[in-house]
Amino acid sequence: MNPTTPGTRIGQPNTTAIVFFLLFVSITLAITYWAARKTKTTSEFFAAGGGISAGQNGFALAGDFMSAASFLGIAGLVATSGFDGLIYSVGWLVGWPVVTFLIAEPLRNLGKYTFADVVAYRLKQTPVRLSAAVGTLTVVVFYLIAQMVGAGNLIRLLFGLSYETAVVIVGAVMILYVLFGGMIATTWVQIVKAVLLLGGATALAVAVLWQFGFSPSALFSEAVNRYGPEALAPGKLVSNPLETVSLGLALMFGTAGLPHILMRFYTVPNAKAARTSVFYATGLIGFFYLVTFILGFGASVLVGRQAIVGVDKGGNMAAPMLAEALGGTGFLGFISAVSFATILAVVAGLTLSGAAALSHDLWSSVVRKGHAPEAEQLKVARLASLALGILAIILGVIFKNQNVAFMVGLAFAIAASANFPALLLSMLWKGFTTRGAVASMLTGSISAVVLIVLSPTVQVELLGNASALFPLKNPGLVTIPLSFVVGWVVSLLAPEAEAAARFAEVEHRMHVGAGVAPPVTVPAGVAGAVPPGVPEAPQEV
Amino acid sequence: MHGNSKDEALKALAAKRWRVAGALTVAMLVAYLGFILLVAFNRPLMGHQFVPGLSVGIVLGALTILFAWVLTGVYMSWANRKYDSALDALRR
Repeated sequence: MNPTTPGTRIGQPNTTAIVFFLLFVSITLAITYWAARKTKTTSEFFAAGGGISAGQNGFALAGDFMSAASFLGIAGLVATSGFDGLIYSVGWLVGWPVVTFLIAEPLRNLGKYTFADVVAYRLKQTPVRLSAAVGTLTVVVFYLIAQMVGAGNLIRLLFGLSYETAVVIVGAVMILYVLFGGMIATTWVQIVKAVLLLGGATALAVAVLWQFGFSPSALFSEAVNRYGPEALAPGKLVSNPLETVSLGLALMFGTAGLPHILMRFYTVPNAKAARTSVFYATGLIGFFYLVTFILGFGASVLVGRQAIVGVDKGGNMAAPMLAEALGGTGFLGFISAVSFATILAVVAGLTLSGAAALSHDLWSSVVRKGHAPEAEQLKVARLASLALGILAIILGVIFKNQNVAFMVGLAFAIAASANFPALLLSMLWKGFTTRGAVASMLTGSISAVVLIVLSPTVQVELLGNASALFPLKNPGLVTIPLSFVVGWVVSLLAPEAEAAARFAEVEHRMHVGAGVAPPVTVPAGVAGAVPPGVPEAPQEV
Repeated sequence: MHGNSKDEALKALAAKRWRVAGALTVAMLVAYLGFILLVAFNRPLMGHQFVPGLSVGIVLGALTILFAWVLTGVYMSWANRKYDSALDALRR
């Protein structure tokens, strides 16, 4: 088994890839056309009318989470450094059980479109929604920038298109999905993409294992023969143990604070479907990461580390190069198109959650105090999507040539420190107050951003300084506890009688749902039917 | 009177759900932090190959992923069968 050296078509215009990609875009645009006719209310725009089944939502959740960064990035990390890639995979997965146990059902029962619905339920609407929007929009914008810049660079390598063309295509198609099809189209785009990504990655892994008699250990042994036993042991990634733990905490609790993930729990009819959908998603994502691990080792053995790093320093081309080595240009084209589609689907989900924060939390609840007519809410939601889409294109072009890898870590750190503690405290603690919530969310967002700016990632790697004021690359270890403590202390300093008095109502609704009528089963397949459990946003307290 | 006892039962059921959820969350945290701390502090053990090609680290990592999924499944089947039916009985 000799490493297949160059002769790769990566970096040249690839007709197969473009044909596959056009096929994906036409199918999803047809879905959008179909969805657009069903999208007439805000509930349909933001939550697909609650008419998505648990199985569909499981695939869509997985689709939202399996970004190109995790597919190409983890495969590349495994290909170039072996075992270390698995540390990321494990970290990215273990947040899901936490989402299932603590977040999914209460969120579904209490909220309408955004997690701010839950935090603001018994607190004062305006300050809580304003600070929740700060956290949400910061996460969305950083994650969007990372995805757009990733898209530009990947597409340049995979399709031979220019960076700017790639960014504009991704932005424009994403705007079409969100603007016209809303959550129904976005969900189906995620499902189609999740199936293609899982199918493509699995086919590639089977092709790799075929070469080794379907024995992963034979594959790993071959990697050891070539690169030494270090390939199977923790390496550079864990030179600082505190760093590893900090990253781990941010990944674990960040998942439970990502706005585009939390938003998916409103698309299913009830709490049972919410929990079941996370079970499916966890299985799909876990399987996907194990497959990616095989792909990484496959690439390091069948393509060779030198060839991979020769095309892209970060190793991001490991999976596409493996596809080319095993299945020729056709397979390369397929995997390239799937990677492109993956970015498209993730930015659509992100944009929709940002639009929800802008229109539902800021416009409808804060500016119009809950009195905006349906048509106006929908119009603002569409305008917000359009604005965010255009902003994503502009930021993507501005950040060209910047190293934005740290932005994904930052997005997780902010989600874990700004959103997760406030969400959990509001559901569990009677004594939580408006001031406590605002303090916790703002502390989380601001401390995470400040510590990242002071971290080695920005100070040393980006700015070239000799040392950094804050030693850790990921601030989660400091900012998550800080946000909890600040929320707790500020609440204790000035108790809020009304918020405490309404806790019983929150508790009741969190477990029972709307809690008046016995459960009425919504006929299956009636998309757009609003189930009786969908609560209305509480009015200004 | 009847309303009160129903409220009490609902409260007890809710408390039970939080206990189950909390216990499972702790189990996940322990498994994950255990894996991370072993990675961070016991590199030789994690690199040890007990079968050529399979190191302790790879097996433990894969098991952590599997464990996360199994825990989610345990919660789902408990909630779908026990919790939901108890809740339905109380809602009537």
